[in-house]
Amino acid sequence: MQYYVPHPASEALLTSASNWMIIIGGFALILGLVSLIQLHMNRIQRNVEGWGYSGVLFAAMFVMVIAGILAGGENLDSERELTGYGWTYSYAMVPLQGTMFSLLAFFVASAAYRAFRARTKEAALLLVAAILMMWGRVPLGEYLWAFSGDIAQWILNVINSSVRRAILIGVSLGMIALSIKIIFGIERMYLGGKKE
Amino acid sequence: MCKRIVSFVFTVVVMFLSPLASVVVQAQLQPPQDFRVMDTPNDGGRSLTLGWRASTFDGPSLQYRVLIAMAVEGPYQEVAAFSNNQHFQKDTKSPWWAHLFEQNNHRFDLKSGGQLMLSDGTPYWVKLVIDNGMDSSETQPLSATSFPNFFNWAQANNLLLLILFTVAVLFSILRARKNPHGFLRRIEGLDAVEEAIGRATEMGKPILYLTGSAAMDNPSTIAATVVLSEVAKKVSAYEAGLIVPHRDPIVLAICQEITKEAYTQTGHPDAYKTEMNFYITDDQFSYTAAVQGIMLRERPAAIFMLGYYYAESLLLAETGHEAGAIQIAGTDADHQLPFFFIACDYTLMGEELYAASAYLSREPVMVGTLRAQDMGKAVLLGALILGVAISTIGEIFQTETLMYVAQVFYDFK
Repeated sequence: MQYYVPHPASEALLTSASNWMIIIGGFALILGLVSLIQLHMNRIQRNVEGWGYSGVLFAAMFVMVIAGILAGGENLDSERELTGYGWTYSYAMVPLQGTMFSLLAFFVASAAYRAFRARTKEAALLLVAAILMMWGRVPLGEYLWAFSGDIAQWILNVINSSVRRAILIGVSLGMIALSIKIIFGIERMYLGGKKE
Repeated sequence: MCKRIVSFVFTVVVMFLSPLASVVVQAQLQPPQDFRVMDTPNDGGRSLTLGWRASTFDGPSLQYRVLIAMAVEGPYQEVAAFSNNQHFQKDTKSPWWAHLFEQNNHRFDLKSGGQLMLSDGTPYWVKLVIDNGMDSSETQPLSATSFPNFFNWAQANNLLLLILFTVAVLFSILRARKNPHGFLRRIEGLDAVEEAIGRATEMGKPILYLTGSAAMDNPSTIAATVVLSEVAKKVSAYEAGLIVPHRDPIVLAICQEITKEAYTQTGHPDAYKTEMNFYITDDQFSYTAAVQGIMLRERPAAIFMLGYYYAESLLLAETGHEAGAIQIAGTDADHQLPFFFIACDYTLMGEELYAASAYLSREPVMVGTLRAQDMGKAVLLGALILGVAISTIGEIFQTETLMYVAQVFYDFK
């Protein structure tokens, strides 16, 4: 609505709705926490395969909470101004997240190996496009073949962009149609109810 | 004596020419013509718009200064200064039906901010000074009051298109109710849903369903939850297992209701378990690691990855492939589509995700909206062709007249 109505009243409505979403999200987090604890308690009680991981989850939760409480909100790391919770987050969670993200490189390599085996026409096309892109994107490629950079850019600007835009047009129409169905109450399945 | 005569003549000449010179300067430096001040239209208020005819003089030394006061007699405060080759109506990104002045006229929006604080409903007096460094000339002060607007007319075309599309959707639904056997293009990924669930049942392994990484306010998450309903119905009918881990507690609560309703509708309410849906965490990679663990431990026979995904898409899809599951992905995140396309058996691209519920349920109401989407695409395709033709003709004949037609399809933010 803010797109068509610039009046501050419409902005206030959006802010109010956003605040309510944050409040509901906060309460919903309790639901999530209960769901998580129930699931892992059951796993430990029933000694299902991998129940030890559930124990690790509870231990990690316990450590984070205790670190936060014991520090009492005071800085443990004066240089980076980190509280107890912030310290455990920065020195345990962030490196773990980084590790997970770095795994992506290996997954890209394995997926690319499968995709580029050129068993079909489409895969062969993908392989050729990928080679041209890689060739044009590295300094050595442009040094060996001056036009490779332009070709790579052309693939990105013309072929890639046009396909992406075609997908986005379809997505946008799909989103609008879904929104209309929700606004008119035609689609109620997402509320757990029956369709009209 | 001679010196005195020269000095006298010089003094007379200077005395005679000085007023003339002044008159010449006065004649050159006319105050800005057609000066107008008004509330800025199509905005949220606290802004005034000034317009005046462009000066025939040009040059970097010629400056405009904007002065504002709370009363006609002042005191006036200078709030903006710029050279006379700046701030034209044509520089403003607005459609022809929202233009205030002629394209080559000056337009300057005086917005509240910094040292200038404008209040809505308060009248302000504004005058414009033209200054060439040696002399200046100013307009009569004009009064205007700013106020917020309830509608942005610059986006009226967008609203009109939206209304037309809404009418098309509703009309298609009505038509589909009368004639429920409409044609649907075959979508391989959705045809494989039955096969994937059947395979899981035969293997005695569960089905893993992911609703993506976005919250419930994202349309793709809503689409994913709608498809979950159809999948859950089939899963309950086949009496297979269902695992639905979540990143968002609100999506969790909704999916619990959807799954329960699906099991009830197929007459298997006893088979429903609350723990089919469970929350993991909202942290991206912690969630990914947990789901990867589930994939490798539970070895699901089928994995559905629908909704919106970020960098975790390939991590999930590759692990699912390693687990040997038949994988059906669907997302409108265009950056993640190639990863799913490579690592999954079937991928629903963009709009196919939104068509999935209609395709699986075959309900006339749902199928009707697909027809409306096709009509929308046809209109947009027509607009694209028309736009290209208009731009090309405009370029060839050096005319902007045809652009008035093209602007109907523009998005003016």
